[in-house]
Amino acid sequence: MKSVMGGNALRIRAIAIVCLAGLLAACGTSGDSSSGTNTASAPGITATTITIGSTQPLTGRAAPGYSEISPSSNAYFNYVNDHGGINGRKITYYYYDDGYNPTNTASLTRKLILEDKVFAMFSALGTPTHLAVVDYINSQKVPDLFVSSGCNCWNDVSNHPYTFGWQPDYTIEGKILGQYIQKSLGGKKVGYFYQNDEFGTDGVKGLDAQLGASSVPDASRQNYVPTNTNIGPQIAALKASGAEVVVSFSIPAFTALALLGAAKLGYHPIWVVSNVGSDVTTLTGLLKNFSKGAVGGALLGGMVTDAYLPLTGDSANPWISLFKGIHDKYVSNLPWDGNVLYGMAQAYTFVQAMKAAGRNPTRASFVKALETTKLNGGPGLAPYGYSSSNHLGFLGVQIYTIAADGTQTTTGPVYTSSDSGPISQYSGSASTPPANGIP
Amino acid sequence: MVAVQSRLDRLVRPTFGRHLLFALAAAVVLLLLSSQIGAYDDYNLTAVAIFAVAAAGLNLLTGLNGQLSLGHGALMAIGAYTASLLLKDHHQFPVIVVLLAAVLSTGVIGIGFGYAAARLRGPYLAGATLTLAVAIPQVATRYKSIFGGESGLTVAPSSPPDWLGADFPPERWLAWIAFAAAIVTMVLLANLLRGAPGRAFKAVRDNEAAAALAGINVARTQVLAFVVSAACAGLAGALLAYWTGVTAPAGFTLALSLQLITAIVIGGLGSLAGAVWGSPVLVFVPLLTSGMASRLSLPSSVADNVPLAIYGCILVIAMLVAPHGIQGALRRILAYGRARWGNTPGGGQKGVVDWDDPAPDT
Repeated sequence: MKSVMGGNALRIRAIAIVCLAGLLAACGTSGDSSSGTNTASAPGITATTITIGSTQPLTGRAAPGYSEISPSSNAYFNYVNDHGGINGRKITYYYYDDGYNPTNTASLTRKLILEDKVFAMFSALGTPTHLAVVDYINSQKVPDLFVSSGCNCWNDVSNHPYTFGWQPDYTIEGKILGQYIQKSLGGKKVGYFYQNDEFGTDGVKGLDAQLGASSVPDASRQNYVPTNTNIGPQIAALKASGAEVVVSFSIPAFTALALLGAAKLGYHPIWVVSNVGSDVTTLTGLLKNFSKGAVGGALLGGMVTDAYLPLTGDSANPWISLFKGIHDKYVSNLPWDGNVLYGMAQAYTFVQAMKAAGRNPTRASFVKALETTKLNGGPGLAPYGYSSSNHLGFLGVQIYTIAADGTQTTTGPVYTSSDSGPISQYSGSASTPPANGIP
Repeated sequence: MVAVQSRLDRLVRPTFGRHLLFALAAAVVLLLLSSQIGAYDDYNLTAVAIFAVAAAGLNLLTGLNGQLSLGHGALMAIGAYTASLLLKDHHQFPVIVVLLAAVLSTGVIGIGFGYAAARLRGPYLAGATLTLAVAIPQVATRYKSIFGGESGLTVAPSSPPDWLGADFPPERWLAWIAFAAAIVTMVLLANLLRGAPGRAFKAVRDNEAAAALAGINVARTQVLAFVVSAACAGLAGALLAYWTGVTAPAGFTLALSLQLITAIVIGGLGSLAGAVWGSPVLVFVPLLTSGMASRLSLPSSVADNVPLAIYGCILVIAMLVAPHGIQGALRRILAYGRARWGNTPGGGQKGVVDWDDPAPDT
């Protein structure tokens, strides 16, 4: 009898221990517990640090403007680190120069994942460059966050479950720009000038969907390749076609070349330029540089473009004052422009997503959290679109115009759309950042 | 005992046997090495092997036959696009088929271009090959539906065979493929160079009139050198396609051609070993410097250019310290040692450096 009792007590004690151990284990691995202690829950995450990495064009033809993005993200991370980090972890951000060359991107991405052992890729820039590594990153099951490119190729949940875009894709942008042309520049002859890759063709897809493919004849559809800076023939062809409005899906250097080329021919259409190619500060610098000081920002007067973030010149906007303050303190050697804002806003989104994933996320639980948790309030004009079926970030843009003195003025409301759906007006109100500037 | 000795001699004496033994030793060393290091180091060693193949081909053309080519990056592009087109739309071809197809296609184009090149000399040849480097990437952007335009064609990795186990790193498998390709290339080139074609290459380089008088068909020799060299570039290009995972015009700019020339000049013009020494410089120096940009607290306009500046400085210093490349420096040290300690087999003068193989100062 006694022995039976003893056996029972032993068994109960054993069960209790097992339960307790299970509870402890649950505490240690649960992704969404917001209290508790920090563990090294995933590669790149230790009790005190989170390491992420990126490939960027710091030198070469895509560097003007874009090379400011990663130092600006880093400035925001340093700001967060100086205010206690994310759940007590400091962010370490490695960004390497791939010179916009996919061969370099391939090797540097492996360096980040295999050697630096980053938790996630963040803000890797460029369509051809990132297409080279997107399969590899997904095969390694590494979160591939907020690719700095509006290609809709990043929104491919079944083939690339770990990849997330951030900015509105170029097709959405093209549709909303097209709608503006219909409403405000109706009846004018339209021409296209676009980069001959996914960036340009996705944009044209959106424009055609809105304006009708037949309304723009072939002679008014001119493209360029970024390796060839001689775009005179294309601009001359646009002039000959009689286009009064030219929609340009171009990177900043080629927007500047197009403006100069047109001015040289005495051709002054209304330029409608995609967001990536329309930053006033970058363009002014490029125009001065290319023309050896002969012309400057005045050439930008009358340009129409769009934004998905507040305008850099809008000092009354709380997001702008937050990011401008961080810029002045951490990266004041960079000009305050749209690229700096872009880098900081992206970094803000990353911190939001990290917080949403809980104290000790794994790579898989982080992705799950980004798909299922609604990220509330962000610097974007439109809300985030992340879900288990959609890996696109901001879904909408607002049109604005640039005056000859560089002043930017928004016109009309924020519109949202999807690649195939209709355009709708966004009715929500703009969010404001938390008091300490950290989500 | 004597019989064994002579049998051993028969195996080792002939050039081919000696090269084979050397290749076997290299294979064993590389196999052991690749299994001891991490996946990332395997990945970088793969790049070294790929550049060694291309640089060996270029060194044969430039260092041994005296034809300067600025277009080898474009020839690599032809190999890479051949491989990528074969593997397009998830076609499964064995690696060996893909590599041979790339060698063949680039070799055929090499024949055509070799004939043109054989009529040109010095700067005119450099100019002609330069057009190749500039034009080929533009063809890829022009015919977008075939070559994928600026974004290029993605290449599915060659996955390791099942018998290696499920968690065998794909980087190591690719490294083995590249090592095998490099070793085979080196053995074949070494044999070619030790034989009549190699002597003809050097004769044509040193003095075309004298070579012609000696009965060498100068034009045919130059075309042969160009074809062999192009085939090597094609093989390297196909391997590079696997290595990068994408074949895009931006990966085959003029800079790649210049890098290859850098490799053979740094490594040592005119010898296969020179190509092998130059390749690690191409791969590892940029890696060492690339991390610095984000770690130094310099203004970004300066920091971004630091890696390029360091790379440039290393090249300048290398040229000052070792004008005949790494292989030249090694030879000089060896020759100096021999002369100093009197082990010179030919009884050379003390302190006098005796360049045994090709004068690198072409």
